[in-house]
Amino acid sequence: MKLVIKNGHVVDPANKIDEVMDILVEGEKISKVAKVIDPKAETVIDASGKIIIPGIIDMHVHLREPGREDKETIASGTKAAAIGGITSVLAMPNTLPSLDSIEIIKALKEIIKNTANVDVFICGAITIGRAGRELVNIAGLKKEGVIAISDDGASIDRGEIMLKALEKAKKEKVLVICHSEDKSLSNNGMVNLGFTSTRLGLRGISKESEYKRVSRDIKLAEETGADIHIAHVSTSESVEIIRKAKKIGVKVTCETAPHYFTLNEEDLLDYNTNMKINPPLRSKEDIAAIKQGLEDGTIDIIASDHAPHTENEKDIEFDHAEFGTTGLETELSVSITELIVSGILTWSELVKKISLNPAKALGIDKGTLAAGKDADIAIISPDKEWLVKKQDFVSRSKNSAFIGRKLKGVVEYTIRKGNVVYKNTP
Amino acid sequence: MSKKKRALWVHKDLLGLEYLSKEDIELLLDTASSFREILDRKIKKVPALRGKTVVNLFYEPSTRTRVSFEVAAKRLSADVINIAVESSSVKKGETLNDTGKNIEALKADIIVVRHNCSGAANMLGRNVNISVINAGDGWHEHPTQALLDMFTLRKKLGKLEGLNVSIVGDIAHSRVARSNIWGLTKFGANVTVCAPKMLIPPGIEKTGVKVTDNIDEALKEADAINVLRMQFERDSMEAFPSQLEYFKNFGITEDRLKKAKKDIIVMHPGPINRGVEISSGVADGQNSVILEQVTNGIAVRMAVLFWVSQVRDKDIKNEIGY
Repeated sequence: MKLVIKNGHVVDPANKIDEVMDILVEGEKISKVAKVIDPKAETVIDASGKIIIPGIIDMHVHLREPGREDKETIASGTKAAAIGGITSVLAMPNTLPSLDSIEIIKALKEIIKNTANVDVFICGAITIGRAGRELVNIAGLKKEGVIAISDDGASIDRGEIMLKALEKAKKEKVLVICHSEDKSLSNNGMVNLGFTSTRLGLRGISKESEYKRVSRDIKLAEETGADIHIAHVSTSESVEIIRKAKKIGVKVTCETAPHYFTLNEEDLLDYNTNMKINPPLRSKEDIAAIKQGLEDGTIDIIASDHAPHTENEKDIEFDHAEFGTTGLETELSVSITELIVSGILTWSELVKKISLNPAKALGIDKGTLAAGKDADIAIISPDKEWLVKKQDFVSRSKNSAFIGRKLKGVVEYTIRKGNVVYKNTP
Repeated sequence: MSKKKRALWVHKDLLGLEYLSKEDIELLLDTASSFREILDRKIKKVPALRGKTVVNLFYEPSTRTRVSFEVAAKRLSADVINIAVESSSVKKGETLNDTGKNIEALKADIIVVRHNCSGAANMLGRNVNISVINAGDGWHEHPTQALLDMFTLRKKLGKLEGLNVSIVGDIAHSRVARSNIWGLTKFGANVTVCAPKMLIPPGIEKTGVKVTDNIDEALKEADAINVLRMQFERDSMEAFPSQLEYFKNFGITEDRLKKAKKDIIVMHPGPINRGVEISSGVADGQNSVILEQVTNGIAVRMAVLFWVSQVRDKDIKNEIGY
């Protein structure tokens, strides 16, 4: 099958392309990117006025399958991903059971093969049951295709176990993703510790609970020389610690999520449980520091931390509500609205953070529109506005912190390996 | 063009004093003054809420506040139904929102809710169309307690502006402290909070209060002191494990009061822990207004019940403007 995308503004930082080009797709691959391609293909998409980017790679997604199919499934989550211009996701291991054994990875791969609408890569657990005690069979998981490991949702408290994990991961060339949180310092908190937690009368989560653990994890990475990636960075201190580590050559990458550069703690003064997220929404100063980190390159990656929950788990007292917001369907538009419109990032820089850099961090051959690569493509109307409405979400869960917001940027087509997996129908 | 008359009261719910204006609070206090007078009559009943139903929905044991609301509602001729956590379907797992909607379907007019989770009243208020009055939610707010404290102060001293009011005790875990701070600062009172450092919540000075961990300093210039109940069986324990130690350093005793203004007013939201945060001598002494507070509490709650029941749909503004 042949497909030509005509007259779109192609943004492909890997090849320093940022201009109007045509793209020819043959089968699963991109076969040509050129000024003018004669359209003899079966399908021609006129992309005049549109932006064309390599498909988004979201490296922090909770698909909940197996175990919590009431929240999300591989099928529903990857359908939601496609709507957001996302062609690859990294599925987090905090499922039921956790992704900690060869058997469960095999079973998951089968589900992915049969039901996924976009590419699903697997992040295995670091420890059995994500309990922080006994390492998983990292080599075995790697053989089954696991490309990263994380105990996401929990941090490994015991330093010597984390150290062992990093040594093993280095040997097996698997990325270690750190959920950096010292739970003894987060004190069963629910919102950022400070005046807001005081106003709300809720237990606060200190900033130390994040950045002290970021500091430890980076120190261990430095000692071992392993590749680590810090997930969902939310505080100014963490940004500064990572900035310094990068300067002295530690192999660390990091991500933040759209809500950490958009929403602040004061947005939850009416106890909106969709904004109950861990790490919590922080202060305006932290938002400024996150934006600065994105601008100067300290923060490499934007990932959604898509965390679907049922209404029963969110439409209750704030104390009892689950942590997390969905993000697959809003990630790109929030990034455009908050970072491109305000001039913090150029399109090219944004594409690095949502596609090229995650591909590099995960070691997957994607994130670019060069000839010969997978034809993973998103076509976007950059200026079109839309209102985030609960009833419009395709994810099985509707717990978005962005409901009621007006966003810029609409995905018109999502193409995965040459197939249109999503087409916007107005 | 005719000038549009603004409704006196526009809040469907009373969730907290943070969300009210000074004028709102003034209206409640003035109305409470009129109702206070009824309580001294031989026939202590007016028909203002005749035909209305008030449901006290209490998820935490509370005799004092629940009885006060019940008396207030009955003085206004409302029908009162009490639902306590033990006897309700809560234990069977019904959610707060579902319970609220059921109460609404029973055609009640006002829900008075007490809950151990901060924000529970806010959530309920969003989810039902009938009025919700917060009778204390977690560490968040206890607006009618603060209103009765302010009412008592105003009655005793004639004004709130410029008064030096010290709040002593576990500020971090106190909804009474928070509501008092929001209310008093709106009237230009000088509020000082006094507690061991571990019991001062972060950023509290942003409300305009002074913070000290020195009880003598808190007492020195104070026109009134509000002594909070120490809940050693609960949250306070985390930060300050010893009752004796607390009493020694922060307890309000006759000796300490000698160094304060002679006619300092001593308040306490009750129930009092004698010998923990306050000595019996002070609690029963001439500076104490603790029992007057109890009586005033009825008047204040009558005012709140009255005004939320007067709200018509067209007057309701978005409860919290965030």
